[in-house]
Amino acid sequence: MGRPAVVTGREDRIVNTIVNTLLVLVAVMAVFPLLFVVSASLTPYSEVLRNGGYVVIPSEFTLDAYRQLLDRPEIPRAFGVTVFITVVGTAVNMVLTTLLAYPLSRKDLPGRSVVLFALLFTMMFGAGLIPTYLIVKSTGLLDTIWAMIIPNAIWVFNVLIMKTFFENLPIELIESARIDGAGEFRILLRIVLPLSVPVMLTLGLFYAVGHWNEFFNAIIYIRDQDLMPLQVVVRNLLAQSQSMENVEAAVPTVTVQMAAVVVAAIPMIAIYPFIQRHFQKGVLLGSVKG
Amino acid sequence: MSAAPAPSPPRAVTASAPATHDAAGPPSRWVRLRRSRWWRHRAAYLMLLPGLVWFAIYKYAPMYGVVIAFKDYNLGLGIVGSPWADPWYKYFEQFFSSPYFVPLLRNTFLISIYKIIWGTIPPLLLALLLNECRRTWLRRWVQTLSYMPHFLSWVIVFGITVAFLSQSTGLVNRTLESLGGDPIGFLTSNDWFRSVLVGADAWKDLGWGAIIYLAAMIGIDPQRYEAARVDGASRLQQIWHVTLPGIRTVVILLFVLRLGHILEAGFEQVYIFYNVQVYPVADIIDTWVFRTGLESLNFSLAAAVGLFKAMIGLVLIVVANRLAKRWDGQLW
Repeated sequence: MGRPAVVTGREDRIVNTIVNTLLVLVAVMAVFPLLFVVSASLTPYSEVLRNGGYVVIPSEFTLDAYRQLLDRPEIPRAFGVTVFITVVGTAVNMVLTTLLAYPLSRKDLPGRSVVLFALLFTMMFGAGLIPTYLIVKSTGLLDTIWAMIIPNAIWVFNVLIMKTFFENLPIELIESARIDGAGEFRILLRIVLPLSVPVMLTLGLFYAVGHWNEFFNAIIYIRDQDLMPLQVVVRNLLAQSQSMENVEAAVPTVTVQMAAVVVAAIPMIAIYPFIQRHFQKGVLLGSVKG
Repeated sequence: MSAAPAPSPPRAVTASAPATHDAAGPPSRWVRLRRSRWWRHRAAYLMLLPGLVWFAIYKYAPMYGVVIAFKDYNLGLGIVGSPWADPWYKYFEQFFSSPYFVPLLRNTFLISIYKIIWGTIPPLLLALLLNECRRTWLRRWVQTLSYMPHFLSWVIVFGITVAFLSQSTGLVNRTLESLGGDPIGFLTSNDWFRSVLVGADAWKDLGWGAIIYLAAMIGIDPQRYEAARVDGASRLQQIWHVTLPGIRTVVILLFVLRLGHILEAGFEQVYIFYNVQVYPVADIIDTWVFRTGLESLNFSLAAAVGLFKAMIGLVLIVVANRLAKRWDGQLW
């Protein structure tokens, strides 16, 4: 794919050098901020004081900030909440999304277009924050962990991606199974799902990232501080000193703040190298048919 | 098991039409039902059921809930029991004539437009660079690294922003001071805050935005480059005359579709980044609705503003989709 590399003269070499240099700069721009945060979290607090702020490369590294951070009871608890909503939430997402996408991928299903329109319409028009809040409240989810799982259990966009994928599976396999007398649930489990591992992985990852980054539903539906997910707790830590810009109040926690950011980011970054291929596939899947 | 409704004549695709000419003849209702296409697909409807119930409760019931925009909503009386607002447009009028109407609209549009511009041009340039890169390993590395920030939460991006821009300890301000300048409160200054929002957004989605442009570039027929080369076109001329025209449709399409979402200035980011000092430049419709509804408990006013936004949003999205479709057909 792409264009054939043609070996030619000086102009080409100059262009190549400029292109490669700029690309390296882009890569540095993407990575340096994160490395800087990690470095800031490992800097001894005394060095931050002496310097008057964060340093790029501290003279020595210490884990003090992480110790202080993990001594706060809210961090391990919030970590647990986030792991729970990521695991259980993604499972709920995938089951409901698959159960919608598979029947909708069957073009002979009576009423299919009506259902599809009902789903698509919610992408264009939403009732808004307040009416949704009142409904979530009346279904009894307020201040429970399920408020971060149920109200966004299905993303229409992901249903459409999965539906498109199912539509492109070889129909003969499904038809012949049906002739052999297999029921729909059996066909879904035994034939369709084994053929759909790539799309399942991609969408599962999209959902999981959404849950790991959970913030929105928590600040709307949760008041109980013990139920707050990691992102909300970290944001509160960051806000604490930012509102009092005076140095004495701010400094005692600045390295702890950075440690909190790293803790919230690390699981994501640790698995990123293994899963990034699937994400890229996902965005292209989505763009094929919106 | 509400999935299999009354039998319908075999040709009626538009469903749900109950059998008005009720059966008196030999095939009983039950037999006709079992013969109908609906019954044949009962397993499929059973599968749809949980999802449809979810949509009914969490997407469509709130659409009924918007009536509180026209009522004097009272928590104790509920959605149905609350009395109607006196002129029905009371809360809309209250919003339109309030001093925050213009600033909210201005902030929403400005932040959104800047984000669209900075979310289009830099990714386009990055895609061009990646497309010109002849070293596969470099291209792959840069791509992988550059779209990683997309998956970081706004809280993490905010943490990074604080590390760089905090007035007391941020790297940028330390550097400014060591050069003899005065520190700038980027996160608390009305002059800087919107730029911080837009800049953070551009950083987060630079690589992610480039993916789709790059895919469009890879789809360009290599023969067109060949032809340009035969005509003596330089690399820059090839970009100008082959690559850019080749992706024009995709660029226009994405731009139009993003314009359809112009009222979405990014609630989560603004909410996480902002503070009281920068409300004059940072408060957008969504953050205002959140505070008015859930903090001041003025549900009807907040719902009215939310409805106002949703209606305009609906029109914009429909128009944008129409336009996108028209261009789509014309250019491909």
